[in-house]
Amino acid sequence: MERKVILEYFLSEQQKMIKSLARRIAEEKILPVRAELDESEEFPWTIMNDLADSDMFRVFIPEEYDGLGGGCLELCLVIEELSRVCAGIAISYAASALGSVTLLEYGSEEQKRKYLPDIASGKKLTAFALTEATAGSDASAIKTTANRENGGYVINGTKQFITNGGEAEIYTVVALTAKERGARGASIFLVEKGASGFSFGKKEKKMGIRASSTRELIFRNCLVPEENMIGREGMGFIMTMKLLDRSRPGVGAQAVGLAQGALEAAVDYARQRIQFGHPIISFQAVQHMLANMAIEVEAARSLVYAVARTVDSRARNFTEESAMAKVFASDVAMRVTTDAVQIFGGAGYMRDYPIEKMMRDAKIIQIYEGTNQVLRDAIAFELRKRKAMRE
Amino acid sequence: MNIVVCLKQVPGTTKVKIDPQTNTLIRQGIENIVNPFDTYALEEGVRIRERCGGKVTAISMGPPQAEEVLREAIALGADEAILLSDSDFAGADTLATSYTLARAIDRLERSDIIICGRQTIDGDTGQVGPELAEMLRIPFVAYVSKIEEIDNGSMRLQRMVEEGHEVIETSLPAVITVVKEINIPRLPSLRGLAKSKSAMIPVWTAQALGVEKKMVGLSGSATRVIKVFFPQRFRQGEILQGELESQVESLVNKLRDAKIT
Repeated sequence: MERKVILEYFLSEQQKMIKSLARRIAEEKILPVRAELDESEEFPWTIMNDLADSDMFRVFIPEEYDGLGGGCLELCLVIEELSRVCAGIAISYAASALGSVTLLEYGSEEQKRKYLPDIASGKKLTAFALTEATAGSDASAIKTTANRENGGYVINGTKQFITNGGEAEIYTVVALTAKERGARGASIFLVEKGASGFSFGKKEKKMGIRASSTRELIFRNCLVPEENMIGREGMGFIMTMKLLDRSRPGVGAQAVGLAQGALEAAVDYARQRIQFGHPIISFQAVQHMLANMAIEVEAARSLVYAVARTVDSRARNFTEESAMAKVFASDVAMRVTTDAVQIFGGAGYMRDYPIEKMMRDAKIIQIYEGTNQVLRDAIAFELRKRKAMRE
Repeated sequence: MNIVVCLKQVPGTTKVKIDPQTNTLIRQGIENIVNPFDTYALEEGVRIRERCGGKVTAISMGPPQAEEVLREAIALGADEAILLSDSDFAGADTLATSYTLARAIDRLERSDIIICGRQTIDGDTGQVGPELAEMLRIPFVAYVSKIEEIDNGSMRLQRMVEEGHEVIETSLPAVITVVKEINIPRLPSLRGLAKSKSAMIPVWTAQALGVEKKMVGLSGSATRVIKVFFPQRFRQGEILQGELESQVESLVNKLRDAKIT
């Protein structure tokens, strides 16, 4: 189903070109393999190479490092289009953008020159490593340490649930450089695959986004040179919070794309499924479900685009807005995919149709990059803070 | 390595309608695409350049809007593109087409490999590739499915034949036509698309090529299309009656009479 633009989002020619090429890649390259990769849980290397060949990894990198100079909105457009066909493959792409944000925002000129061109060309994927067994929503509870020794830092600890783990070449790892200072004692390091003392643990078997790789990172006396630290020592958590503010619209875009794909599939199915002598789309019960789905998807898209533009405007603080985009869009994706399965009925529950996969894929979006609960906390915190400041 | 790829703009459907008066295709309302076989030719050209260096020049003969396929070729990796367009070129058969292409290729600096698709999906003749080689007086290999080795003076190829594959070595320059088994064409890149939007595509006319009018277009064509028609199909069903055994026997006889068994 070709979706005619119903809302004017004022995309530039370049942005429209990015969106339409991403859609073409999704439909021509991803669609034929998505079910197979979901089943086999195989990392989508062929697709990553296709995305690289089409310059999709250049979209979010500045021109001086071989990128195309786009920002958060351009990245969102690509993620949305890929997710419309497969959110699992889209996240492998998006995670590489996430792993680059710290470098883009806080990296030294030398670090950027060294790493960004290979990220832009798609030659190297990246990953961001924060989560640990004891530190999920409570990110400051991480236990991985980085102790200063011999002109470098020795990292020890285990990171959990790391997207692109094992597949990425470049890892940005949050570790404690001064345990006693708590949240002010973390720093971020670049660690390359193959570094001595750095290995991979178990590959997780997931409910959804199964084509993506989620793995443990194990650091045992892994020595990284001093120049691999990003930003200043002790600024790790502050940088992490800022980078997640930047990356959350991308997660929102993943949710929007996924929900759009489910909506289109549901409309197609409702038009051809005959019950009581009529296509089920002629029944008001189904029509209202579809209408609600369409309203929510468009509202989520509007919010995500607006927040992405705010990020690109170089505004200083957009924690609240960015959380809103992620929370709203992911809740929409969960509802829309659940309703889409309902419209498909028994067929929707079967793996022969893509719709049950979409529902499985949707769940994680409410969980990762800040659970929707912890992000609502953040939004409420900002509301209280603003009110208190006025008083 | 100088690589030339010949491309043709064709209607993007196999359900073309033919104007019974003029015997030409009705093109209104039909989206034009790059002849699918030519996309494999272009991809192979770009791959050779990636392997050996050099440049890929895309050439197309057609009306002004054929420029679209050349822009697409640039988006897909061609370095340069040339459109051969002139009202004198109109109505060309394969002979006049290959003559015109050959004269254009003559004007480029030495070409090492010229690649065409095996045939177009509109004309379906498969003649332009071999005729082009003949006009240029260089070797020709059809239905290439793999380029095994390539260096300055020669290349080794696999070509599809009915019983399997032949391995052929040829000197360069040479013309080859390729089959779809040779590669999986890439999608355009964003940089390529940006480049294709701003690329200058020179248009070479009959005068620019220095060709005589009687050698190109309809006047240079050795063939004339007199009539184009769809063959009529007849289908007739028959229901056999009677006992099962006699039905089987009568069916067997009918199959025997039709020489099917």
